[in-house]
Amino acid sequence: MAKLNINGKVRDVQAEADTPLLWVIREHVGLTGTKYGCGVAQCGACSVHINGEVQRSCSIHLGDVKPTDKIVTIEGLSAKSAHPVQKAWLALDVPQCGYCQSGQIMAAAALLKKTPKPTDQDIDEAMTNICRCGVYQRIRAAVHMAAGMATGSNAPANRKRA
Amino acid sequence: MTCIISNAKVSRRAFVVGSAAAGGGLALGFDLPFGAPASAESTALGTEVNIWVAVKPDDTCVIRIARSEMGQGTITGLAQLVAEELECDWSKVTTEQITPGRNLASKRAWGEMGTGGSRGIRTSQDYVRRGGAAARMMLLQAAADAWKVPVGEVTVAEGIITHAATQRTTSYGKVAAAAAKLTPPDPKSIALKDPKSWKIAGKPMKRVDTANKLDGSKVFAIDVKLPDMLCAAIKDCPVYGGKVASYDESKIAGRPGVERVVKVKDSAVAVVADTWWRAKSALEALPIVWDEGPNATRSSATIAEHLKEGLTAVATNGGRQNGDPLKTIAEAAKKVEAVYSTPFLAHATMEPMNATVRVSADRAEAWVPTQNAEASLAALSEASGVPLANCEVYRHDLGGGFGRRGGTQDYVHQAVAIAKEFPGIPIKLIWTREEDMAHDFYRPISQCRMSAGLDADGNLVGLHVRVSGQSINAWLNPAAIKDGKDERQLQGLSEQPGDAQLGYDVPNLAIEYAMRNTHVPVGPWRGVNTNQNAVYVECFIEEAARAAGKDSVEFRRALMKNHPRHLAVLNAAAEKGDWGKPLPAGVHRGIAQFMGYGSYSAAVAEVSVSEQGKLKVHRMVMALDCGHVVNPDQVAAQVEGSVAFGLTAALYGECPVENGRMTSLNFDTYEIMRLAEMPKVETVLVPSYEFWGGVGEPTICVVTPSVLNAIFAATGKPVRSLPLKHVKLV
Repeated sequence: MAKLNINGKVRDVQAEADTPLLWVIREHVGLTGTKYGCGVAQCGACSVHINGEVQRSCSIHLGDVKPTDKIVTIEGLSAKSAHPVQKAWLALDVPQCGYCQSGQIMAAAALLKKTPKPTDQDIDEAMTNICRCGVYQRIRAAVHMAAGMATGSNAPANRKRA
Repeated sequence: MTCIISNAKVSRRAFVVGSAAAGGGLALGFDLPFGAPASAESTALGTEVNIWVAVKPDDTCVIRIARSEMGQGTITGLAQLVAEELECDWSKVTTEQITPGRNLASKRAWGEMGTGGSRGIRTSQDYVRRGGAAARMMLLQAAADAWKVPVGEVTVAEGIITHAATQRTTSYGKVAAAAAKLTPPDPKSIALKDPKSWKIAGKPMKRVDTANKLDGSKVFAIDVKLPDMLCAAIKDCPVYGGKVASYDESKIAGRPGVERVVKVKDSAVAVVADTWWRAKSALEALPIVWDEGPNATRSSATIAEHLKEGLTAVATNGGRQNGDPLKTIAEAAKKVEAVYSTPFLAHATMEPMNATVRVSADRAEAWVPTQNAEASLAALSEASGVPLANCEVYRHDLGGGFGRRGGTQDYVHQAVAIAKEFPGIPIKLIWTREEDMAHDFYRPISQCRMSAGLDADGNLVGLHVRVSGQSINAWLNPAAIKDGKDERQLQGLSEQPGDAQLGYDVPNLAIEYAMRNTHVPVGPWRGVNTNQNAVYVECFIEEAARAAGKDSVEFRRALMKNHPRHLAVLNAAAEKGDWGKPLPAGVHRGIAQFMGYGSYSAAVAEVSVSEQGKLKVHRMVMALDCGHVVNPDQVAAQVEGSVAFGLTAALYGECPVENGRMTSLNFDTYEIMRLAEMPKVETVLVPSYEFWGGVGEPTICVVTPSVLNAIFAATGKPVRSLPLKHVKLV
């Protein structure tokens, strides 16, 4: 029996110590907003916050998580999608299929916590999650919007009607 | 090379439903589903005015959606079209997805459900608009009847009905029950609005399906939870056509949560456990011996040789000719030749293949991410043996589709086979990413030999296109190949206008297809064969233009006099892409145009290549004429996404074959472009309001050739094989 602090609640979990945190969250805790995409820390669909740092939960074993570690999943990021990242994502209609978006949002929220006014380069370096629908342009714009610093060159796509 | 094709047998039942769903044989036909009579049922979902529209007492309009949503925005677009004709309050619109069982039970009242080929909106726009209009007419009639005034005196705006003369108003919610009892109007009597007068359609409305993608609450099929559910992991023989020889279940005995091992058909082994992770871990620990069969000797090298032979062999599998291209090219003032190749590509949807299935003696149910819910239903019935009428598929919006989850439904067949071993127990089958990459229906591999003749003035007078490669129809739909001819592999090179017409007229032209199949399964991949063919044509036209010493755009324009729509889009891309204008030092442009899915696309790419040969794509100007534009912001979203999809293929995409199996099995080797590499995308919509073209796929095919042509401009060397990660640029 392991104890986990997820979204401010302490949960008792009955799983093998080598179970990835991702599958503990999904199958034992029952929070399915955190997604499986690759299992090898490549795609970032499983991103959660552990003590404020964004981590790829598919590659962290349950046995390596301490009961005092504070884990936040997409479900615990904010009440009613009130986080600035979620608001910006909504305003710019960022998601397409949506499957990778929990991870993208968690990565963006962690970036802004450390770097409230990120440059494009900061965003390039921090936002390494894969999106197969390819919504990267809107992610960049939404991170800037969330930071309250949308600039001319990073506004949403220039759309023209000829 | 002889190849063994282990094509899955298409059952008659699956074929009947599947082909009907694909708009083929229509063994199960349907009347034009503009607005069949309502069942007059009043439920929590409102009063059904007709099949497309239900209205709740609080004036909420529930719009029914038959097509699948996989991110492309079809739900929003279809709702906009219905709402436009319905004249309802857009802020009070919600949507409801029709299940295929319900559609079948209603004699396919909602028509086709399959969502592929960029058809989601363009092939249902007419009847869903008529459905919205018919509902509006009935609601207005009901109000007029209640007020005892002629319906012609009644008007509506945003769901509020007004009789101006008597200053009376009512709302859709109040008259819906009476409206549902009226006889629907004759569809021929319905006059649809001129799209130029649209107020809801044609506007950049926010998507209706974003909120639950932001907080983790959206339930994808992979997230389904059911009472007593068990989970399954599966491993299919890594060599296509191979079989399971044996496995040793005793080696995983006593592992926590494991129920048992199930052999799935001849070729796969699944482990069922209480959680998926336990099933997957046990499967990895299970010793399996494969009978790999004769295909284990195949490799990328043997396949490349097989295709190369097709570049010069007698070609019998389709094409067309005008004039005398071979003689013209042989006698031309200048001759240009090149051979191109493109690899197998995987779809790699972010949500891996999965399906949850429950089978009991007289009922079968499936929870599935599907692009073709009726094909899922057919697969469920076929594999379970339960009659169609006792089957139901609960479709979940897909975590990516891109053509992978259409007609084949292989993962549903597998899930049913496992679930049959556990009667009454829901079984959730999830593939690992590695299984997904090893058992896709890949974008077909091909090569192309191009020859051109230029006259003394540098005009293109002869062109010979020889495509050699694998056929999607040969794998998935052999009935579509008539007399050995398979024009689908020549998508985008057609003489016929309307869908995928070549935008160039060449006085002496030969287009030929030599079908060279392999043992690797192939299928439609977002943009399908336009992707490869656009690379071949547009990169070679660039080579010819340079050989002629002409400007890339001018050279193309000279061939496009009879193709005004292609030309208009090329011109729009050139103009908005600043063609001919100065660039920063080291930055170069390339252009491409092509047609697919009834729409016209063109792109201008701006790239730089460093002294070390490192490529940077700075800017992509993407022009599109899809005829009518239902939601310009969502069209732009598709165009932006198509750039990422196309660039990923250009930069990294390949699925090598060694010992008969795929070797790139996860994102560490099958790389996907990340945000840092995303160029600035500018979408230029050129709406002609003259036709209904597709949106999800058409623009992908111009991404790669425009970038390759910009690289050519930067380095002076053409790129003829993909992906770029293997090409030394300087």
